[in-house]
Amino acid sequence: MSDTAVRVQGLGKCYTIGTSRESSQPMLREVLADALISPLAILRRLAHRLRSGPVPRAAVAEKSPRHFWALREVSFDVARGEVVGIIGPNGAGKSTLLKILSRITEPTEGRVEIHGRVASLLEVGTGFHPELTGRENIFLSGTLLGMRKADIHRKLHEIIDFSGIERFIDTPVKHYSSGMYVRLAFAVAAHLDPDVLIVDEVLAVGDVAFQRKCLAKMEDVHRRGRTILFVSHNMPAVTRLCQRALLVSEGRVQRDGPASQVAGAYLLASINRAAERSWPYPATAPGNHVARLRMVRVKNDSGVTTETVDRRRRVGIEMVYDVLSPGHVLIPYYEFFDESGLCIFATRDLAPEWRARPRPLATFTSTAWIPEHFLTEGSLQVGAGLYSADPYVVHFHHRESVAFHVADSHDTKSNAARGDWDGPLPGVVRPLLAWITESESAPSLVSLTRPSDG
Amino acid sequence: MIQPSSGWAPLRLSELWNHREILYFLIWRDIKVRYRQTVIGAAWAIVQPLMTMVVFSIFLGGLAKVPSDGVPYPLFAFCALVPWTFFANGLNQAANSLVASSHLITKVYFPRLFIPMARVLTALPDLALALGVLFGLLFYYGFRPTLGGCLWLPVLVLLAFVTALGMGLWLSALNVKYRDVQHAVPFLIQIWLFATPIAYPSSLLPTPWRVLYALNPMVGVVEGFRWALLGTSHAPGLITATSALAAALILVTGAFFFRRVEKTFADLI
Repeated sequence: MSDTAVRVQGLGKCYTIGTSRESSQPMLREVLADALISPLAILRRLAHRLRSGPVPRAAVAEKSPRHFWALREVSFDVARGEVVGIIGPNGAGKSTLLKILSRITEPTEGRVEIHGRVASLLEVGTGFHPELTGRENIFLSGTLLGMRKADIHRKLHEIIDFSGIERFIDTPVKHYSSGMYVRLAFAVAAHLDPDVLIVDEVLAVGDVAFQRKCLAKMEDVHRRGRTILFVSHNMPAVTRLCQRALLVSEGRVQRDGPASQVAGAYLLASINRAAERSWPYPATAPGNHVARLRMVRVKNDSGVTTETVDRRRRVGIEMVYDVLSPGHVLIPYYEFFDESGLCIFATRDLAPEWRARPRPLATFTSTAWIPEHFLTEGSLQVGAGLYSADPYVVHFHHRESVAFHVADSHDTKSNAARGDWDGPLPGVVRPLLAWITESESAPSLVSLTRPSDG
Repeated sequence: MIQPSSGWAPLRLSELWNHREILYFLIWRDIKVRYRQTVIGAAWAIVQPLMTMVVFSIFLGGLAKVPSDGVPYPLFAFCALVPWTFFANGLNQAANSLVASSHLITKVYFPRLFIPMARVLTALPDLALALGVLFGLLFYYGFRPTLGGCLWLPVLVLLAFVTALGMGLWLSALNVKYRDVQHAVPFLIQIWLFATPIAYPSSLLPTPWRVLYALNPMVGVVEGFRWALLGTSHAPGLITATSALAAALILVTGAFFFRRVEKTFADLI
């Protein structure tokens, strides 16, 4: 057998969008009525079909506005043992892709080869019946997901153990809390042991501890050489679990590469790709009667708007705002978010110039400079805001104003705080710190290591 | 290997066999849930044919004086109602089964054929209970069915099962696309009831017409039941054979039709 676990070639899925008359749920009576009214038309259609064969589906679909391609020309290979994240905005075709891979629906074109046993978890608690007990549902769900009855018997204790709800295992699941339900469901899923595991957003439910447990289990599955396809909106989970990610958008694979890069590109693209943002119309600009935002931008050392900054150079975030009502003490601030949506740090203007001084009517420009050698490589989102402290009023707060990308230099000679190390570096920031190493002379070292001699 | 298919798909019976445990658990689930959710549980299996028998006996046997081949009318009717109830419940359940299982169809793959099949098979325990009552009634009226006759019962039940499944496959698959099928099903079953010799004997029909009549597979089942248990007239060999052929035809066409449209279920449901 080859080393490819999943091979997808030119996959496409076309849906018909219903109009009011020919809705997606046609009524039998309409069809029968049509047949009664115009039997000849139907006969003619049939005769035509027989003569010329069925109309090629793709040809029809291409032209008709009532057809919608949920997926188009999707091709990728997944090697055995690889963990691939599939990310993308809602409605991009991710779920359709998973449904085709799990054989729930058939593609319109293209083909998929899957080597080995597939298990797909497209929901929490597949096949669970509320009236049945936890134990009974383990058997039902396990069988539906592809386990053998004998396997379930063998693993039953392990599954119940993993779920952590032994006490309620003989209670109908309708009496379960949602947490217990999810635990039991995942316990079943975790013991499927397929060659290829397809997971859709299972981690979106459950508390933090449980999510961690799920991720750990998936890492365990991966260590045993299984192949995992994992759809998620949880970018830290994707980057932690997957080496590789596919960005699916508008039914196509837009990017395919290392998970952190694809996730970063997706977040940057999905939220905001601009390094400058302005609000030309006061009516739509963030703000209130005291102050109103006009523009936010990312600029480099020389004051030019830039999307990409070298981490060895400083970067400035600038906001321009109008003060519409005089006499307020105003404090501008910024928040910085990384690719996973984590707030790395926040900063506010504590410079003495306007620290406690009421502002006059004017247009102000406030810039915060982030020092060189501080940020780590990746994409950053900037939120901009303005508030007054006494009384506490937020005049505007714009969560996703601008974004920029921090590029790293792999030139090891320059001081990029990576030294000779060329691999990935963990952490959300990478300051160039002052390291001091002191050494003591040899005799005291000897006395330290062999105190009994003294 | 997944790729678009068009036209008539093979039945892939080996796949059904490999996944047979799923069928077992679907039946097991339905039976468990049924008896857990109902107050009188098993009694429903008996009440339904019994009440119908009482109504038929009063109005048709008593008032309308419908002939019953020399058998006490209540026994005559009940003997037919037992396999009929199995068929009618099985078909009704099967016809709605796919729509009722939409949560499974859109979330996990397994041979869809199991869904209507499980629903028909779930009606079997009810049939067993009703058969028990039927035997009680037989003894009460002083009938002693022969062993040879009883051995035919599983065959006749199979015939009813094949008919219910065949029709169930057609109707459940149609119901996914045309939701008004579910409104037509009770109506269809009602008409079918009168097109089957349950309240009356098929001996009312002139002989040449009986074979045509037997194209309704339930005619063969019901006549077979009466012959096997009540010993009425001679063996309905031709009728049962015709019915078996018709049932097989319904099942085979139903299965192929089902397989043909199966791939669209998840998109339409």
